[in-house]
Amino acid sequence: MYNGGKIIIGLVIFVGLVTFPLWNNMGKATAKPDPKVDTPEILKLAENERKCVEPKAYMKGEHMKLLNEWRDWVVREGNRIYVNAEGKRYTMSLQNTCMKCHSNKKKFCDECHNYADVKPYCWDCHIAPKEKET
Amino acid sequence: MSMNRREFLKIAGASAILGFGGISAIDALEKVEGAQVLSELKALKAKRWAMIVDIKKFKTEEDYKKVINACNHIHNVPQIANPKHAVKWIWTDTYERTFPDLEYEYAPEEIKQKPFIMLCNHCDNPPCVRVCPVKATFKREDGIVMQDMHRCIGCKFCMAACPYGSRSYNFLPPRSYIKEENKEFPTRTLGVVEKCIFCYERLDKGLPPACVEASNGALIFGDLADPNSEVRKVLSANYVIRRKSELGTRPMVWYLI
Repeated sequence: MYNGGKIIIGLVIFVGLVTFPLWNNMGKATAKPDPKVDTPEILKLAENERKCVEPKAYMKGEHMKLLNEWRDWVVREGNRIYVNAEGKRYTMSLQNTCMKCHSNKKKFCDECHNYADVKPYCWDCHIAPKEKET
Repeated sequence: MSMNRREFLKIAGASAILGFGGISAIDALEKVEGAQVLSELKALKAKRWAMIVDIKKFKTEEDYKKVINACNHIHNVPQIANPKHAVKWIWTDTYERTFPDLEYEYAPEEIKQKPFIMLCNHCDNPPCVRVCPVKATFKREDGIVMQDMHRCIGCKFCMAACPYGSRSYNFLPPRSYIKEENKEFPTRTLGVVEKCIFCYERLDKGLPPACVEASNGALIFGDLADPNSEVRKVLSANYVIRRKSELGTRPMVWYLI
């Protein structure tokens, strides 16, 4: 092999650089996200009424889809009332419905979004509820 | 591999069935089972919303201000002094610039001096809707020309198409220019186009547009398709004018001079 030494050194450096994020983060556990649903608004409700629009498992996995659909139904079709399978009615509004209960955007939304490094642009326009700086 | 006609058709048929099955599986995911979407019972409904500006009823500066401020506050419209960057939903300008085609030298001095209220005309044949490449602006069934800020890419085609200057681009971060935010309504973000939306969010809740409510009867709002509505009564009893109607956009804001 011509210039074998140089090639091998080059390869070692290359592999080292490419895998840098892997070994740099090895062993460092990031704190697991722990979204909180203990806002005063939720705690005020009776135990059996502490339910979201849809079941918890669905909201956890599919809330982004639900929000997308809500947006289209309201903005493009002008229908504002959502009736869930239990027959309960909700006004479809991120700012005026979701965030009225989940008034803790930092501990509720951002907790997981930061962990998963997703950056939804909801809050570029929608006004987040006021929170105490922590 | 060779294939005769019969085999080919069999495979084609089977894949078509599979394909349709796939589509229905996607459809099934659309809505949570048992959930329903309804419109608000109180919502004001119409076939064709329209507005009449009774300019005679605007007498003092205060009359203009309260109408414009009501809108600006409710919709979080940023107040930017530089006219190049200003965002306007409802505003005033001179007679000459409101009706450039109707203006003449010997018009009454009072008319020449008077500021005219302007807003989006919610055209029946809206050029802005036709040019929007992403369908961010569209005409609702009740005639309101809506702007979907979620879809707007800020290309400004609609601004070029609108002959009324009713559309404003957010050149500056709008939140820095809003004194007091209305927490019930979103703001906009840098780089989208915005305009008057005939208060569709208030109509859906059963309320008249904010400017109409604040105007003390100087702005008349109603269903053009309903012969008993107030707008139709005023239109049949008075001679009214519209802005640049010769362009064929069929504007839905009339002016009672």
